[in-house]
Amino acid sequence: MLAQQLVNGVLLGATYALFALGFTLMFGVLRVINLVYGFYFTAGAFLALWLTEAGISLALALPLAAIGAGAIAVVVDGLLLTRLRRAKADELSSLMVTLGAVLALYAGMTAWLGPDIRRLPPGLVGAGALDLLGVRVTVAQVLILAASGVLVGGLLWLVRGTRLGLAIRAMAEKPDAAALMGIDTARLAALVSFVSGALAGAGGVLIGLNFNAIHPYMGEAMMLRGFVVVIVGGLGDIVGALLAGLLLGIVEVLTAGYLASGLKEAVGFAILVLVLWTRPAGLFGRAGVARA
Amino acid sequence: MPAWLEDLYWTYQNVVTALGVNGLLALSMYVVLAAGQLSLGQAAFMGLGAYSSALMTLWFGWPFWLVLPAACAAPVAFALAVGGPTLRLSGVYLAIATIGLGEVLRAVYLNVDALGGALGLSGIPEQASPLLIFSVLGVALAVLWLVGRSGAGRAMEALREDATAAQSMGIDVRRVRLVVLVASAVLAGLAGALSAHATDFIGPNDFGFEPAVTILSFALLGGIGSPFAPVLGAWVLTLLPELLRGFADLRLVLDGVVIVLAVLFLPRGLLSWRMPRRAA
Repeated sequence: MLAQQLVNGVLLGATYALFALGFTLMFGVLRVINLVYGFYFTAGAFLALWLTEAGISLALALPLAAIGAGAIAVVVDGLLLTRLRRAKADELSSLMVTLGAVLALYAGMTAWLGPDIRRLPPGLVGAGALDLLGVRVTVAQVLILAASGVLVGGLLWLVRGTRLGLAIRAMAEKPDAAALMGIDTARLAALVSFVSGALAGAGGVLIGLNFNAIHPYMGEAMMLRGFVVVIVGGLGDIVGALLAGLLLGIVEVLTAGYLASGLKEAVGFAILVLVLWTRPAGLFGRAGVARA
Repeated sequence: MPAWLEDLYWTYQNVVTALGVNGLLALSMYVVLAAGQLSLGQAAFMGLGAYSSALMTLWFGWPFWLVLPAACAAPVAFALAVGGPTLRLSGVYLAIATIGLGEVLRAVYLNVDALGGALGLSGIPEQASPLLIFSVLGVALAVLWLVGRSGAGRAMEALREDATAAQSMGIDVRRVRLVVLVASAVLAGLAGALSAHATDFIGPNDFGFEPAVTILSFALLGGIGSPFAPVLGAWVLTLLPELLRGFADLRLVLDGVVIVLAVLFLPRGLLSWRMPRRAA
């Protein structure tokens, strides 16, 4: 029973981590709290829904949906945030702009498509389940874990192991100095937006597979998890977000299993507030947080 | 009251109530923005005021004159719990934590049977007359006007423009921020209690993400030059969807677009007139 709960928790946590990674990357490099991020998640799920309904296989629909969500992210960033970045506006301005934009996008999408919950076509992944030492794992869950692992590993390699990643880290450290070193910060900002949006979109497809409930506001419910993960992990900290995501998944599953399923959102938020009181730089925080 | 005015009032009672309540919510947003903070917990504070006041009336049968001030207790407690740690950090932490608060409370209202679950609470006696709602709004406006003109208002403005400079001038930054957040929670709690006792029904979705953003759009449309500006913004955004009935579905799209345009192109809001202040 406990082993099964832990496995379920890790699988859930992997999607939380995947979702939160793009959000924390965006904050770390671009210094914006981009609340439209939840919409990229919704967009990824809907794109996958439409593609699979059109008969395209999941193996192709997943990357296409991620690319689509990434493209939307680049457009949103260009329209809303480039102007603010150029004016060196404060973090709260970008937060407010993206908050307004995301409400308009969710509400517009609801007005267009209706609030109903949609489901992916049946039979996308095998219905079977594996039995590992008494722990039941569905094919969908294996797929989710594998895809999350590949994407997270790819992101870490990109940021830590490539020249591009070096440029990204330089820009996160000091955008002006990075620009003086010949880094095209505008193009890099677009690239970071694309990668973040694509991660959110992929997260949307995978969560859509796991819970099979796709609707316009699904990204909003997910943002709450995103906030918990990025703050517990430390704002802008990629490895922190990864660990915090797994932790949140496990805590939620254990809460739902042993306490009450209605409490799982509240437990995540209680952890968030507790971390803010005691370790505001995140559980694994090293760097100094920007204090007012 | 002449007959035609009475007719008009009965037809538009809900709109009249909404004007008063939304005016209070806009002021609740105004006090934090005026001190350079961004709290997105106004809808959550309102919900706490609405639910706690409804329970005091329905379960304990307290009189409304007691319920109304008591309804501020829960919002203030949550404001202190969330604001206490975040006010030491940069502004984004308060914003994130307060959006999260709204989402969590919505989940709690939905899942706790004693709070009516998805059905919400109904049968709340309609004890808040429009006269009472607008009196509270009037008092709040007057108080904020007087505070705004005083040294405290000057301190808030200094804080908004440059927190570090304000601190070096001897302003207790953390204390001003905490007081402002508590004031905001009180205003939103009052708005919640008044609206719960004016419409007889409250539900979990009345206080979630959408109302939280809508309240921000009130203050950003009006501006924060004086306490009258956000109330004007609230009234415009409350009346506009009533006038454009055909676009009811797009009301939230409008609120969102207003925020985007206001931040990008209209940073001082519609009413950019600033309140006069005596020379120091």
